[in-house]
Amino acid sequence: MRVKGQGLLLWAPLLAFVAFFALVAAGLFKPADTAVRSKLIGKALPALTLPPIVPGHPGLTGEERGPRLVNIFASWCVPCAAEVEELARLRARGVVIDGIAVRDTPAELSAFLARHGNPYRAIGSDAESRSMLALGSSGVPETFVVDAAGVIRYQHIGAIGPQDFEAILRAVEDARTI
Amino acid sequence: MTWPCARLLIALLLGASPAWADSGLPPSPYADKQLADPRQEAAATALMASLRCLVCQGQSIADSEAEMAGDMRALVRTRIAAGDPPGAVRDWLMARYGNWVSYDPPLEPATWPLWGAPLLFLGFGAWIARRRFRKAA
Repeated sequence: MRVKGQGLLLWAPLLAFVAFFALVAAGLFKPADTAVRSKLIGKALPALTLPPIVPGHPGLTGEERGPRLVNIFASWCVPCAAEVEELARLRARGVVIDGIAVRDTPAELSAFLARHGNPYRAIGSDAESRSMLALGSSGVPETFVVDAAGVIRYQHIGAIGPQDFEAILRAVEDARTI
Repeated sequence: MTWPCARLLIALLLGASPAWADSGLPPSPYADKQLADPRQEAAATALMASLRCLVCQGQSIADSEAEMAGDMRALVRTRIAAGDPPGAVRDWLMARYGNWVSYDPPLEPATWPLWGAPLLFLGFGAWIARRRFRKAA
């Protein structure tokens, strides 16, 4: 017995399979972005009061003002060593950089700075990643652009490469005007 | 593969260290140490099981061995020990990482199918069953 509409119904499983296959194939060719962005972009920077870690170099008092970068890094993080060069270039262009050293030791961080250079105005020690969590950051290295009013304007996840230099510099320039 | 070649490979593998290494520092005090108050520890454990590890993405922070998950456990235990309700700690994290960090998503336009779809399917099933039974009668 042939019921009306059965012909169409016969094709439904195949169509469903083709749709499913297309969905999976699309996911293969364009993998999802697994980076977790901070929800604090556009909001005030949390107060960061972090003790100094490198002898003779100031920590973060929470009183820092003005447009600047807040760079989360660590001496044990290889991409962080790679991005110091770009940070130094930004510093040469007048960008102020405050560092948050995650789970670091004075000896290892001093060696890191001696080897790769020190572009930081201040470096605070974040021994238990508490400030990293307060910023909504999910690892090192990450960089936040903070404007003159203390609002987070931009977040860069991962190491800053030569290809990111212009975007960061522009974000800092934008942060100078509130 | 010849033996000298294999030996070289083994030597290289032994000498290699992962590029995204952890700090190598000891974990935070409360990453793996339970709270003294069993009720607080139970609340903290329940909360940790429902928070997603940010760097492993498929595990809760209770299950993960990642250093950052340990620091998140330490944060949860410290806040609970200070008297914060678990909901406040979850809200604090969700304000920073979004709903993503929680395995207990809130009811929102984007998430209503999670609750609505089962009801919809149940209704659909009831409708089919009713038609079948009516046909049989």
